[in-house]
Amino acid sequence: MSTPLESMPSKGIPAFRIARSAPMHRYVLIVFLAVVAVLASVPFWAQTGTIRTLVTFFTLLALAQMWNLLGGYAGLISVGQQAYVGLGAYGVWLIADILGLHPFIAVPLAGVLAAVVALPVGPLLFRLKGGYFAIGTWVVAEVVRLIVANIQATGGGSGKTILSAARLPIDTRIQGTYFLGLGVAVGSILLVYFLLRSRVGLALTAIRDNDLAAQSSGVNVFRSKLLVYVIAAFGCGAMGAVVALNLLRIQPTAAFSINWTAYALFIVVIGGFGTIEGPIIGSVIYFALLQNLSQYGTSYLLLLGVIAVIMAAKAPRGIWGFVAKRWNIHLFPVRRRLVLEAPPPGDDGGPADASDPPLAEPA
Amino acid sequence: MDWVNVAVQGVLLGGLFALFATGLALVFGVMRLVNLAHGDLGILAAFVALFLLDSFSLGVFWASLASIAIMFCVGYVLQRGLLNYTIGTDDTRPILVTFGLSIIIQNALIMQFSADSQGLDAGAIENASVRITDQLAVGWYPLIVFGVAVAVIAALQLFLNRTTLGRAFRATSDDQEAAELMGINNRHIYSLAMAIALAIVALAGILLAVRTTFDPSQGPFRLIFAFEAVIMGGMGSIWGTLIGGIILGVSQTLGAQAFGAGWGIFVGHVVFLAVLAFKPSGFFAKTVTA
Repeated sequence: MSTPLESMPSKGIPAFRIARSAPMHRYVLIVFLAVVAVLASVPFWAQTGTIRTLVTFFTLLALAQMWNLLGGYAGLISVGQQAYVGLGAYGVWLIADILGLHPFIAVPLAGVLAAVVALPVGPLLFRLKGGYFAIGTWVVAEVVRLIVANIQATGGGSGKTILSAARLPIDTRIQGTYFLGLGVAVGSILLVYFLLRSRVGLALTAIRDNDLAAQSSGVNVFRSKLLVYVIAAFGCGAMGAVVALNLLRIQPTAAFSINWTAYALFIVVIGGFGTIEGPIIGSVIYFALLQNLSQYGTSYLLLLGVIAVIMAAKAPRGIWGFVAKRWNIHLFPVRRRLVLEAPPPGDDGGPADASDPPLAEPA
Repeated sequence: MDWVNVAVQGVLLGGLFALFATGLALVFGVMRLVNLAHGDLGILAAFVALFLLDSFSLGVFWASLASIAIMFCVGYVLQRGLLNYTIGTDDTRPILVTFGLSIIIQNALIMQFSADSQGLDAGAIENASVRITDQLAVGWYPLIVFGVAVAVIAALQLFLNRTTLGRAFRATSDDQEAAELMGINNRHIYSLAMAIALAIVALAGILLAVRTTFDPSQGPFRLIFAFEAVIMGGMGSIWGTLIGGIILGVSQTLGAQAFGAGWGIFVGHVVFLAVLAFKPSGFFAKTVTA
């Protein structure tokens, strides 16, 4: 599986090549496929309650991946992704109930709708930096919420029922929503994975480490950030659309709630900021807590806030950051590593991993 | 005449927005920290005043003063004990930590005081008004709030320009390392800046609480309005926040008058976004760094 990208043996310097995959990644791929296969079989044997709970899990995982793509990779901390979650939810209603398309087809289209809105919004918000960018995203979310809540056509403050979806045969609806949810979750992971392996991924790593240096090295910072912002809007829109199908009822206060950001932040900070593994682990932990503690309501949210603050202040790389550093494990081969080639004859041979080469370790 | 009346209300409302914005601008100016819990801390101060009012038989004035003093101390401890550790690491950590604080404050307030609306009663002054012309009347209370805002901003500007401590604030703002080399203890300066910011936002929160009802979920809205005032006024300018606040206040009241009550805040946001699009540095920017 190792893909040598460059080979430059020369005098004095030990032979090396740049690799991304390691033999371990073959097993990771098998496990990943097995988990997806098991999850895909769930609607055929599980109860409706379980199926719907898993859909909630999938949507949170997708949300966290998108939020992490923005914050952890592009350095764009958003507290306004609920703008696109809500747009996706209302997008399903618009596309399925008003325009008459099938509600399942409306899910990706709702993502496209969110992305189209994000395209002009991104450049406007990029005029702000850091914390002010964050509040700016929040203003945008408020603007969209106020429009939806104040006009009659969208049902105002009381919202709408997605009638086209409610009229589907119940089994079709539950199973279809489940597979869309699974698709959004797996899709968000693959999207981030392939994005990071592309040229854009390299550009993003450079931007995250130092955007001025990246710019002067020829990285188009603006375009890379905009691409990520639009992709994250697409993901959040599709995810919001699945939420709408799962609940069948949309309402502005819930669809555009700041809690979406709070959940995403909690998941990513706990699991591991700036890694693909982090949001996966974080969602599992968050979901386990949710199932057991959500009856405590506000004190539950208070606890989440306390954990998030402590983690962000003291252990900003989260659980996966700790694991990755301690044992040097990376489940997704998105990083380029320096691998030393076989040492001089006489030895057993076989490539040896340079355990922690500074050249191949982006901070 | 209706419209003039509404615009005057907007100007006076702008004073309150500016008071919320001043602390946000000060903290950003001194240490490049954007405190996402800023609005929630103002609302917290109002609840502290309410609690003191109910628990001890203090008058509104003394309860408010005590609350402001408490928030001053909270600011110093918060910065020294927590936020200082997040500064200078990477840009994301202060945002994550202060957003987490915002969630903590909101939910703690709901647990303690419930999500219901509360009010701070300041007596007859709330409804008294002064008649300027036959058709134009201005409430005493909004007028006093505006006056307080102008006075606080003027005092802060004098403090920054004329005192030794103010010079230390400006030095730290200009160049942290050089300031430290000159013997300034940055951590102490940061903590004092946060203490002053929270004392001012506490005053703002209490003035808001007397003006209207308040509840634990209002902090984020106060943060957003304060932010819009800062950006429209121009970063780095304390007086700019007053202008930004007035622009926002007038946009909101005129918007509500023109399109109905539900649209006032929306029009305020749209005006802000328009300023961001066409004059992103705001109207009185002093620094260029965002």
